[in-house]
Amino acid sequence: MKIVVSTFTVLALFLLHQDVWFWRQARPLVFGFLPIGLFYHAAFTLVTAGAMALLVRLLWPAGLDTEGPPDR
Amino acid sequence: MTSALVVFAYLGIVLYIGAFAFRSRASGAEDFFLAGRSLGPVVFLLSLFGSNMTAFSILGASGHAFANGIVTYGLMASSSALIIPVCLLVIGTRLWSLGKRHGFITPVQMFRDRWECGHIGTVIFTLQTVLLVPYIIIAVIGGGTTLRAVSNGAVPFWLGGAIVSIVVMTYVFAGGMRGTAWVNAFQTVLFLLFGAVAVSVVAVGMGGFSSAMEGLFEVPATATLLTRERVSPLYFFSYTFIPLSSIAFPHIAIFCLTAKRLAHFKKTIVFYPICMLLIWLPSVFLGVVSNSATTVPAIRAKLDARAALSAGGPTLPAQERDRLRAQSSGDDVILRLVEGFAPPLLAALLAAAVMAAVMASDSQILALSTMFTEDVFAYYGGLKRYGDAAQVQTGRLFVIGLTLVAYLIALRVPQSIFDLATQYSFAGYAAMSPLLVAALFWRGSTKWGALASTLWIAGAVALVAWVQTVVPTPPTGTIVPVFGVGGMNVVTRATTGAMVFGMLPVVPMTLISAFLMIAVSALTPAARPRQATLARYFA
Repeated sequence: MKIVVSTFTVLALFLLHQDVWFWRQARPLVFGFLPIGLFYHAAFTLVTAGAMALLVRLLWPAGLDTEGPPDR
Repeated sequence: MTSALVVFAYLGIVLYIGAFAFRSRASGAEDFFLAGRSLGPVVFLLSLFGSNMTAFSILGASGHAFANGIVTYGLMASSSALIIPVCLLVIGTRLWSLGKRHGFITPVQMFRDRWECGHIGTVIFTLQTVLLVPYIIIAVIGGGTTLRAVSNGAVPFWLGGAIVSIVVMTYVFAGGMRGTAWVNAFQTVLFLLFGAVAVSVVAVGMGGFSSAMEGLFEVPATATLLTRERVSPLYFFSYTFIPLSSIAFPHIAIFCLTAKRLAHFKKTIVFYPICMLLIWLPSVFLGVVSNSATTVPAIRAKLDARAALSAGGPTLPAQERDRLRAQSSGDDVILRLVEGFAPPLLAALLAAAVMAAVMASDSQILALSTMFTEDVFAYYGGLKRYGDAAQVQTGRLFVIGLTLVAYLIALRVPQSIFDLATQYSFAGYAAMSPLLVAALFWRGSTKWGALASTLWIAGAVALVAWVQTVVPTPPTGTIVPVFGVGGMNVVTRATTGAMVFGMLPVVPMTLISAFLMIAVSALTPAARPRQATLARYFA
């Protein structure tokens, strides 16, 4: 289930990144100066940080952790 | 001149931090090349992020946005914010674990062990080295551009590039990974602060950004900079392959081995997108806004050159077109903008922050030195025959020689930082990512699959370089057909470089690389490593 949720999250973000809906559109200017296409991708980046926090919880490879010395 | 003095003082500080401030008393390759696998979470985050952000991130991003508009952010920043942390989570953590358990220092050591191969590892090393050269070229161009701009031409491009290269090599050779990591952490803090300060200063200087934006809307040629209509959705999609290069870069893979604990990856993965936002949003936005900063003489000259280039179009002689293209290049536009609107001392401090990003080539220099000493010199018996001191010295000589080659190319290179990086380094390393994935996640992969993939990438990069050398750079907006089938253009040449089916070459390069890895491995099952080897990777 964790793998499914994680895969879906990454795929959804990937699709959201390919946003054709603001392709030829600059207005509205968010905060009066930020074109909507640029604002969208800035917001997308913030959402991605949240998604990474989720992925770290779901996919953390705890089994890889080792405190032992190198074997060679 | 104040700017130049501050920047030179900054170079001195960096030299001190890198060479002396965090020297360890421990000795040995693992301490020098990997800081003894002992980096804490904050330094690990800042230094790993910093080593991924070179001149490309401030100068290249703003220069590209100056010419192409807001699309620059989506092309590189938001896609990297998604793909790089995922790669760190899935691949970086495994690299760390294998490095810790088996003592690997370089990716090629791991490939050799995983696929039980020797000389194929050397072929991979050679390709990795060649593909890192454009990155070193970028650092030289960035250093030359920045020092020339902040000294108002008193420090010529060739000297600026040489100074930065020498400073970086000095502290890398003296401080190893520990020095490099601390310098990177210090530099990352500086250039993360740069964005917010620069935006504030320019906003005050321009009397707010709203009028600047409205000004850009009024002219059809600049109105399109506020949308993404200058590129096609297919071209935009093809850029999402580029961030795959990050984890395949040897300096990033090696950095993954420096964390003291696996848990240090957690903060890096979560905060990576935020760091991307902090550095790329201001760079791209200021690059776009520069188009309305007509009161700054240096930017005015760039805009005039661009207008002349556009008006002349294909009728211009190639030499004149190249001259205008160089004059309109935006690689130093952010420095010019800050210089035009900030008080001299603040402009100087901001220039030092730009220099911080430019000097992030240190980790590539260290990686090259590490790779040569471990993957070639030690592997072929040089260490046993000539000893530790000779190993270190030959590694340094190798890097000096390679940097000299990169320096000479940088003096002649006609391309922008952004295009140079994406066409060669990023594309080549993205296409190498299937090797890493196959080594870590597919038991059935073989050394012949890895060799086929590597040779394909080498050939493809050479083909791209050939197309871009043979077919002259066309005027902006013009596409020159190079190779077609049945009336359909397969390979074309645009201003930014070669394209395949309207996409960056990185797409076919990566897909065919993955296909060859799968197909050739499937055809050579007898070459699969022994069970004992596989057991170390797939417990």
